[in-house]
Amino acid sequence: MVYTLQDLLIKNGFVVALLATGLIILASSWISTALTNKKIPAAAIAIFAGLLLAYAGGVITEGEKGIADISIFSGFALLGGSMLRDFTIVSTAMGARFSEIKKAGIPGMVALLVGISLSFFTGAILAALMGYTDAKSMATIGAGACTFIVGPVTGAAVGASSDVIAISIAAGVAKSILVTIGTGPIAKIIGLNNPKAAMIFGGLAGTTSGVAAGLAATDPKLVPYGAITATFYTGIGCLLCPSVFYIILQWIIIL
Amino acid sequence: MIYGVALLAACYLVGQTIGELLGRWLNINSNVGGVGFAMLLLILVNQWMHQRKWLTTEMEKGILFWSNLYIPVIVAMSSIQDVKAATSGGIIALLAGIIPVALCILMLPLLMRLGNKDAQKIEGEHSTVSD
Repeated sequence: MVYTLQDLLIKNGFVVALLATGLIILASSWISTALTNKKIPAAAIAIFAGLLLAYAGGVITEGEKGIADISIFSGFALLGGSMLRDFTIVSTAMGARFSEIKKAGIPGMVALLVGISLSFFTGAILAALMGYTDAKSMATIGAGACTFIVGPVTGAAVGASSDVIAISIAAGVAKSILVTIGTGPIAKIIGLNNPKAAMIFGGLAGTTSGVAAGLAATDPKLVPYGAITATFYTGIGCLLCPSVFYIILQWIIIL
Repeated sequence: MIYGVALLAACYLVGQTIGELLGRWLNINSNVGGVGFAMLLLILVNQWMHQRKWLTTEMEKGILFWSNLYIPVIVAMSSIQDVKAATSGGIIALLAGIIPVALCILMLPLLMRLGNKDAQKIEGEHSTVSD
């Protein structure tokens, strides 16, 4: 019986994907610390690296499933598939409590709603201006303008195509990096120097890693306040974007 | 630990079912907010069990294990997208990533004026979740 290494790797695809993902994140943390002085969070670099790998997979195999089209990396399809994605997203709600929402108060909640709806609809309008005029693509790209989670969750829910979902992830990553780098420089201009402002900022910007990293660069004491509201952003976004906002968008398009 | 994982799985499945039913009911043939419902459910169940001291640290570990895998799963997810097809729309991704959030942050001074009373209530509190 001939048993090559390649067969072994294909047979254990899921485990290979776990190892490969671990290595990607290890390399990303190193790049984040050594090259950007933690200005760009490791998570953002790792996600970007994932997108690069997907591009490479697409070029090599001419397929549509990124790196998963290369047989030894087929396990990525399970690890990055919708089931585990949704399962891990739900698990992050463990860190949130309703008492924290109350603490953030009405301004925090208003900020969350304004932040999510403004991102979604300006994102959707931009998508339409660039030629993605169907409701599914507009909603997915608009949701991507919220965070790189809300985008693919919405895309999967409304049945958008994989290339549109990839755009929505890229938009979310671009936003995360922008918030991370941009928060420090604009903090003074917009008066971001107290807990309340930090909570409103967290609700408006939403990307938790970006908000946490950006506030850490501004004033470390503000981080938990920004994170309280930002934590709810993705959850509320996943709730509203594929449902209420998508339906509203469909109405607008019919009109 | 498995009880925690099972609890998470229960919240997930109930949430997804609600999302699925809502989608059918609204006639849009898709899962509507299943993830969001599941998250709300987990927050509620977590709080409810926490108050009754039913939630052991072992159970919490089971759930936290999965929440720590969140970023790796997202990395894996981005690596299976059709990025090659999406690069034709690369500019839209940049624009959609930048313009909306810039508009949002410009709203900050405006929202600061709203409800000035709630400002000083907060004590140091932290959250462990990141995206």
